[in-house]
Amino acid sequence: MVHFTAEEKAAVVNLWARVNVELVGGEVLGRLLVVYPWTQRFFDNFGNLSSESAIMGNPKVKAHGKKVLTSFGNAVKHMDDLRDIFAELSELHCDKMHVDPENFRLLGNVILIVLATHFSKEFTPQVQAAWQKLTTAVANALAHKYH
Amino acid sequence: MAGSFKLEGRWRTQKEPTMVLSAADKSNIKAAWDKIGSHGGEYGAEALERTFMCFPTTKTYFPHFDLSHGSAQVKAHGKKVADALTLAVGHLDDLPNALSALSDLHAYKLRVDPVNFKLLSHCLLVTLASHHPAEFTPAVHASLDKFLSSVSTVLTSKYR
Repeated sequence: MVHFTAEEKAAVVNLWARVNVELVGGEVLGRLLVVYPWTQRFFDNFGNLSSESAIMGNPKVKAHGKKVLTSFGNAVKHMDDLRDIFAELSELHCDKMHVDPENFRLLGNVILIVLATHFSKEFTPQVQAAWQKLTTAVANALAHKYH
Repeated sequence: MAGSFKLEGRWRTQKEPTMVLSAADKSNIKAAWDKIGSHGGEYGAEALERTFMCFPTTKTYFPHFDLSHGSAQVKAHGKKVADALTLAVGHLDDLPNALSALSDLHAYKLRVDPVNFKLLSHCLLVTLASHHPAEFTPAVHASLDKFLSSVSTVLTSKYR
């Protein structure tokens, strides 16, 4: 189980309080699909993903991005308990969605980059380190039930 | 031609990285580098600091460095990294040749495990994103990610 120090928790919670989940969620998922186009393989039914603007403006991408980031918000509330929190979602991603856990790592890194664009100088190396630890832990928790 | 293949109408040798930087990618990369201007060394050092802080295993390659914040050694090394990337930006059509000496250095002397290039590349992107959020659009993000990936591939191309 991953242990977060009080400082790390504070860095995460402090930033998260100011994140517009709907906006950032859409941006995160959009960027994943733009920067790593092979991730589009999971979203055949999302309609037009043919260009950067099509992807970033796609309503299904925005909606799904919001869903994903809302779930991430749950992780922020339960940083000491990630494996339990994500057990069911882990099984779902393995058995129903067949998502390679490498994609969780890619998404985690995109989250960090989007946070960097939004929070700029405030996204110091220390803050990034706390968030890096969280996204890695979430990715591992989501991969935990794979078989 | 043995060892060659055609991709997008051009003959290429197998030594070339197989990821292709499009005209748009090259344009995005050059524009981003222009924007960085004289801050290259500063950003290089910041990216290194982020890498050491977020991925402590990377510190194993610098036991001889003072890695504290503001370290002169990290500053100097950040400038080295930035200068190498600037060189790469000036030779986007010919990275293997332009980076050949650095490629030899990493293969035969430094032998940094390939996984670490991804870690530094990610922290370079975070650094750029935090300093130039308006310019760091999804398309520019994609081009820079491809660029750093191409450079990393060249630097590890002679490992075995």
